[in-house]
Amino acid sequence: MSDMLLHNGWELVVGLEVHVELATKTKLFSGSPNRFGDEPNTNIDPVTLGLPGALPVLNQHAVELAMRIGIALNCTVQPSTFHRKNYFYPDMPKAYQISQYDQPLNVDGFLMLPGEVRIGVERAHLEEDTGKSTHIGGATGRIHGSEYSLIDFNRAGVPLVEIVSRPDIRTSEQARQYVTELRAILLAVGASDAKMEEGSMRVDANVSVRKPGDELGTRCEIKNVNSVRAVGRAIDYEARRQIDMLENGDRVRQETRHWDDGEGRTHTLRVKEDADDYRYFLEPDLVPLAPSAEWVQSIKDNMPPLPAARRARLSAITGASQESEAVIVIVERGQDDYIHAVVAAGGDASKALVFVQQAFADETAQPRVPAKDIATLTVMERDGKITSTQSKTLLAEIVANGGGDAVALAAAKGFEALDNSAAEKMVDDVIAAQPEAWAKYCAGEEKAMGALVGAIMKLSQGKADGKVVTAIFNARRNA
Amino acid sequence: MASLPTTAADIAAAVSSGTVTASEVLEKHLAAIAARETDVHAFNLITADAARQHAARIDADVADGKPVGALAGVPLALKDNMCTRGIETTCSSRILEGWKPPYDATVVQRLRDAGAIMVGKTNLDEFAMGSSTENSAFGPTKNPLDLSRVPGGSSGGSAAAVAAGFSAVSLGSDTGGSIRQPAALCGVVGVKPTYGLVSRYGLVAFASSLDQIGPFATTVHDAALVTEVIAGHDLMDSTSIPQPAPNLRSAVGQGVARMRIGRVTDLPGGAEPEVMKRLDDAFEALAAAGAEIVDVTLPSIEYALTAYYLIAPAEASSNLARYDGVRYGLRAPASEVNAMYGATRAAGFGDEVKRRIMLGTYALSAGYFDAYYGKALKVRRLIADDFDRAYTQVDAIITPTSPMVAFAFGDKVEDPMAMYLCDVYTIPSNLAGHPAMSVPFGTGAHKLPVGIQIMAPALGEVPMFRVAGALESAARGLK
Repeated sequence: MSDMLLHNGWELVVGLEVHVELATKTKLFSGSPNRFGDEPNTNIDPVTLGLPGALPVLNQHAVELAMRIGIALNCTVQPSTFHRKNYFYPDMPKAYQISQYDQPLNVDGFLMLPGEVRIGVERAHLEEDTGKSTHIGGATGRIHGSEYSLIDFNRAGVPLVEIVSRPDIRTSEQARQYVTELRAILLAVGASDAKMEEGSMRVDANVSVRKPGDELGTRCEIKNVNSVRAVGRAIDYEARRQIDMLENGDRVRQETRHWDDGEGRTHTLRVKEDADDYRYFLEPDLVPLAPSAEWVQSIKDNMPPLPAARRARLSAITGASQESEAVIVIVERGQDDYIHAVVAAGGDASKALVFVQQAFADETAQPRVPAKDIATLTVMERDGKITSTQSKTLLAEIVANGGGDAVALAAAKGFEALDNSAAEKMVDDVIAAQPEAWAKYCAGEEKAMGALVGAIMKLSQGKADGKVVTAIFNARRNA
Repeated sequence: MASLPTTAADIAAAVSSGTVTASEVLEKHLAAIAARETDVHAFNLITADAARQHAARIDADVADGKPVGALAGVPLALKDNMCTRGIETTCSSRILEGWKPPYDATVVQRLRDAGAIMVGKTNLDEFAMGSSTENSAFGPTKNPLDLSRVPGGSSGGSAAAVAAGFSAVSLGSDTGGSIRQPAALCGVVGVKPTYGLVSRYGLVAFASSLDQIGPFATTVHDAALVTEVIAGHDLMDSTSIPQPAPNLRSAVGQGVARMRIGRVTDLPGGAEPEVMKRLDDAFEALAAAGAEIVDVTLPSIEYALTAYYLIAPAEASSNLARYDGVRYGLRAPASEVNAMYGATRAAGFGDEVKRRIMLGTYALSAGYFDAYYGKALKVRRLIADDFDRAYTQVDAIITPTSPMVAFAFGDKVEDPMAMYLCDVYTIPSNLAGHPAMSVPFGTGAHKLPVGIQIMAPALGEVPMFRVAGALESAARGLK
């Protein structure tokens, strides 16, 4: 644990509250579309606007997605209720938010981080989103001091699940891992598109510091953390700020702070003393939500494989580590099934991992190129039929054309790799022809290698594999 | 004109068969309005032109042999807290003055589908808070039977409209007695159905867990007919009971032979002696008709009024928070948003509404919740338990509807506690969610009408209407 401590032996304690917008067709309590990016105030109706007399009706699909999240996070799904959280704000049409309070849908789960680190999940509950305010004029972009405000109610009533972790996170790296892994899980179960930059996944960090073994320190809640990178930066900054205060003999004030990514620091948003009294009470317009055991079981039975299991499977077939970037990225993009298809078509798993990671970065789903075409290419490169440079060219062409037979393409371009004896002969010819460069290289000037390999490429008209040739030069030098 | 039918059932039958036209019936009612509305002030808005067009369409349909509904050509008045598409809906409040809903309440849709013709929107105590209609921002409604006296409230306009012959039937809403008490004071029939039997979608909320829509009529049979039309499951209201409307008209003439009718031995006192005399007469009449009179106790109902005046204001404080000047209705100018909220709500709400918002806000506040709102919820449970016990012994219970006959303007409006006591007999049914209705049963002081309240267990509308039919018959023989 000692390597997790901050300087002077301070321990960081972080809990994360993550809000995710659910990928439902319609809103949590009405039939208006749940869609990002539409013209403002087009996805509205009497319920969304909180018009007098309008009543909420719970979206069953939202409940199902919320339960998928809970089950994926190892939570218990339990009978639950909705409450009203009362406060005035112009983008809150009813002046209360319908949320789950003392009886949330999902409780007592956990999420595993690399290295068998277990982060508790206290709850994952359903609630409705607010509208979106834009404050025009004024220096801060906040309502006070602005000239006027614009409100878009398209987001009002969009279903959210708020996932509250226990304060089990001890480093900013763990916080980043938690957000990354949670995002991967949300994508895997189809609950949300989880785009932090569009606000469909929003992270608030509760940060405090203490000396190990002490009671929890006073925490500050950091808002406006809009990327995984910002999660780490904001926590590091805030921890440093709190430690500096404590070491100067000051007290940390419990408050909500705003992360300014440009300035790289947090600012006070509001202090605890003027916190609202939300006057929670049971929402009388809704009935309790108690999913039947059969419903919960049918969701459990139909859960897709989760990222951890998929990474393990991809790692086993490709030989890459479960924690390697390639494996993580491919699973996050949902392209692991494609790699399994390439392998099933006779492809080389390890090369497929590299090819797919490079070639399909823009695609978040299954690539459209037939898996057998990629399989053929991986085998050609593995077997030394073409060089890695040639294979890159072919891959780009296959991707651009949405498919293609690598063998035919290589033949058409005259691509073939030199066999090793031919390469060795060329190396010897070049050493003889360029004794100065060779001497420099032997003297330890690695730069000289460029000239030597360049000469080989010229001689072979690009058919030599740079890696192979370099290895031969090395072998000659070390002989 | 003298031969035109007067009850809703007779009007619908005559209009459907072509014996009379909807237009003739409507003109008779519009003439009554023209003659007396200036004195009575039952309406916030009279929709004569739209009504004439609707009547003409129904007459055309009858002439074309097209089917018309169960309320074809029946003139209807609607309490002005039910949303009507494109037609001003004010709740008799300055804060909503001029607001035109973009949608119809479910009951409005169902009544229109049944062929009822809306003649206007009726006056009420602001946001249905009151027992005399004196709390309307647009001036009080007068009792058509004695213009110096109140019609009761909060649905005073709807009760007066039926009593004055402005409409054959009307709708009110009942949160603590707001249909039954004005029905009693105006000498008409008023029904509060089981909570959830009639959709609340489009009823501007006062206290959501208590509000229920129901009819006013001159006969028990008409009240049964209108209840059948508006009752039944509605997907737009999550608290709507998922079953079809009951058949109530057939219950009206069934008599009460072998029914067990409860007499509450620990009924809260304070009723006028003439009112209690009519209750005795009612028991006598029911016994004579073959019912068995059984003594029951309801020990917790002495706390009903207190519990109600915590629960209803608590919910109201939340329901009325949306009137903030941001999206619709009144907006008072101010320099910034919080000042605008305050100025708008100070100018837009009347004293009684402000009183209840403050009471409710206090009752829900941190530190007071358990002592007030929490305890009131426990009392509510005890009252329901009392009724459950009583209904193992009896099929229905009768009490006075109101402790007093119609009182003079100004008698109670300065003394909120005296006004609140008007609802002492009606509130328990709202807290329990049970059906209850008021049937005129002779007169009391000043020869003003007395109403007898019939209460029944949840979904006990059939036994309730049997008793109501029997009392209506017996009332004809009263001196």
